[in-house]
Amino acid sequence: MLFFIALVCATFTLAGTAANAAETPTKLYGVITGSTDQPLSGVRVSIVGPDGFTAEVKTDARGAWEIAIPIKGTFSATINEGDLPSGQALTDPLKGTVKANVFMLGVDLRLLFPIGPGVAKASLLERSAQLIVDGLILGLIIALAALGLNLIFGTTGLTNFSHGEILTFGGLLTYYFSAIAKFPVLIAAPLAVLLSAFISGFLQDRYLWKPLRKRGTGLIAMLVVSIGFAIFLRYLFLFLFGGDTRQLPQYAGQAGLELGLVSITPKSILTTAIGIIFITSATLWLLRTRMGKASRAVADNPALASASGIDVQKVIQAVWILGAALAGYAGVIVTVNQGVSFLMGQDMLLLIFAAVTLGGLGTANGALVGSLIIGLFVQLSTLFIPTELKYVGALIVLILILIVRPQGILGRKERIG
Amino acid sequence: MDILFIIQQTLSATLGVNAIIFALAAIGLNMHFGYTGLLNFGQAGFLAIGAYSVAVPVISFGVPLWIAFLIGIFNSILFALLLGIPTLRLRADYLAIVTIAAAEIVRQIARSATFNEWLGGSDGITGKFGKDFFDLNPFKAGINTPILRFNGNDLWVVLTGWTLVALITSIMWIMVNSPWGRVMRAIREDEDAVRSLGKNVYLYKMQSLIIGGVIGSMGGFVYALSRQSVQPDNYGTALTFFAYTVLILGGAARVFAPIVGAMIFWFLIVFIEQVLRAGVTSNLIPDWLIGVNQVGQIRFMLMGLGLMLLMIFRPQGIFGDKKELTLDAKA
Repeated sequence: MLFFIALVCATFTLAGTAANAAETPTKLYGVITGSTDQPLSGVRVSIVGPDGFTAEVKTDARGAWEIAIPIKGTFSATINEGDLPSGQALTDPLKGTVKANVFMLGVDLRLLFPIGPGVAKASLLERSAQLIVDGLILGLIIALAALGLNLIFGTTGLTNFSHGEILTFGGLLTYYFSAIAKFPVLIAAPLAVLLSAFISGFLQDRYLWKPLRKRGTGLIAMLVVSIGFAIFLRYLFLFLFGGDTRQLPQYAGQAGLELGLVSITPKSILTTAIGIIFITSATLWLLRTRMGKASRAVADNPALASASGIDVQKVIQAVWILGAALAGYAGVIVTVNQGVSFLMGQDMLLLIFAAVTLGGLGTANGALVGSLIIGLFVQLSTLFIPTELKYVGALIVLILILIVRPQGILGRKERIG
Repeated sequence: MDILFIIQQTLSATLGVNAIIFALAAIGLNMHFGYTGLLNFGQAGFLAIGAYSVAVPVISFGVPLWIAFLIGIFNSILFALLLGIPTLRLRADYLAIVTIAAAEIVRQIARSATFNEWLGGSDGITGKFGKDFFDLNPFKAGINTPILRFNGNDLWVVLTGWTLVALITSIMWIMVNSPWGRVMRAIREDEDAVRSLGKNVYLYKMQSLIIGGVIGSMGGFVYALSRQSVQPDNYGTALTFFAYTVLILGGAARVFAPIVGAMIFWFLIVFIEQVLRAGVTSNLIPDWLIGVNQVGQIRFMLMGLGLMLLMIFRPQGIFGDKKELTLDAKA
């Protein structure tokens, strides 16, 4: 998560402008998040150090805590497990106390408390039920982004590594309209989706990818262009927005509803329901409308589609607009429920690719199936493996499936080797 | 604005440790992508494996450093086999996705709290694991001239590093101009044609992956030794992408491209950064436009933009030959 920030910091020191902070205190800090990366606020962390140093801090609305340490030595930070909400607990009961060795002042240390669905508090059945719900929601978010990625791949052959940034952009727009322009979320979110469709979809295709297609730029060259574009956008977002994860002020600390075995917030229910409507309409559009059918024809054989009177460029434009709107809405869901950061698209990108590859590159329904499998797998795997390794499990499954069935679950069986 | 300081920083970076690391990573990619056409996006994984293989055995198990180098080479061969067996039969874009996933698996496992005891979690490993190497340094004083400055340890890494790069480049030159190298290039151009000549394409691709991976892991050795520490987050996808930038900048499928590319890449990066930084600190660039802490972000934006423009307008790089390498033989 903090990778790029770390890289930026690392390269700062690289350039020879090394630490000038001889007397500045060291900061111990961390962000405490729960099983679905939601921030946990009001959790107390107590710190004990040499010379009778003791202190206690509480996490804020972002789940973040920090404390300045003026002296060197070994410190231990202990999380107050009683403050964790129900259903959340340390994944390893022994990791409730973390040691930090401050051997140089001015060098900040980040401490981690791995937290997952409570082992001690919830039964296996409850945990599984909660994880299935979490997994389906994650699957939906992935599916919203994956559908566009897959359609664009199908119609233009572009493996778009900057697709995650469409998601981030949707989230940032939501944050801008909601937190800065002070619109209610119910207005900010549709605005964000519309602007995503226009800017990330229409404008991006019109002024970046369409000219490249016209020049006859090859597919691998375009793939590399999309990587450069993703890096450019990511740091532009960091430049404009800063490196922290921010919550929308509205509905920030909404309490979860207890529905049978699971707990789920109203905002999560609403955003998910709208997401399901979106994705169903998009699928129906693909299957039933003239344009949707045309897009599948273009995906199948662009030359033949063009010869039979389909306006290929127009179809590609429609696909970009639809794909960007869906991915933008995926960003809205993440922002409303977990907060927005400039890295959120990058964090999702590999899961999106995994879902698309799993379902079969270029097949629309494959992306849906793949996304749900990845979403469920990521969440349910935390029953058996540490939460922090949940993405690793999903990526390993991706590789395993490709060995057995390289064309993906719903992919057409043609030669792809 | 101190012009001499900027020149000194820039030239030192052009010849410095980072240029060596990226040159080695890009030489490996040149083997994969330039000569065999394999779109390996997991090069950072090879560097990570090299770096951890040097640090972990020495710090945690007291293995001598020289044995640790051998362990690193062995591990990178193992990783190449693990990566290659499922993926080398796949199409180029599938291969890209799977290799990027594999490199992320390596990074996430390395930074996880679960293996904290051996791999150091997200803080990585810091320690004097390179002591045996630095004890051999005859130039402990370093060098400090108006145009070039390295401390003792860096100077030693730079000298041995460029020697290693030169050695590997000569071996590469011999290899790619041998009959073996011609088969590799033929695979890049038309796999089926090579297969019809009775060559085992899969085996050749695997050899390419292993050789390029081992060279990449040597970049990891240099990375770990020069810092005397290993940080998992330095080995993310960006490392791979910038190694590609270096390769494409020089010109893929040219033996000297990675070296020239790495030097130019770091020259540009540090030069732009130093100029911006000098501009910000001397208030030539107003504070509301770019803060001191934002210079690094601008630099990354320019790197991304540079990669895009390079790919659009000069995909063959500075020295590449457009006829020899159309990047789309595989797509």
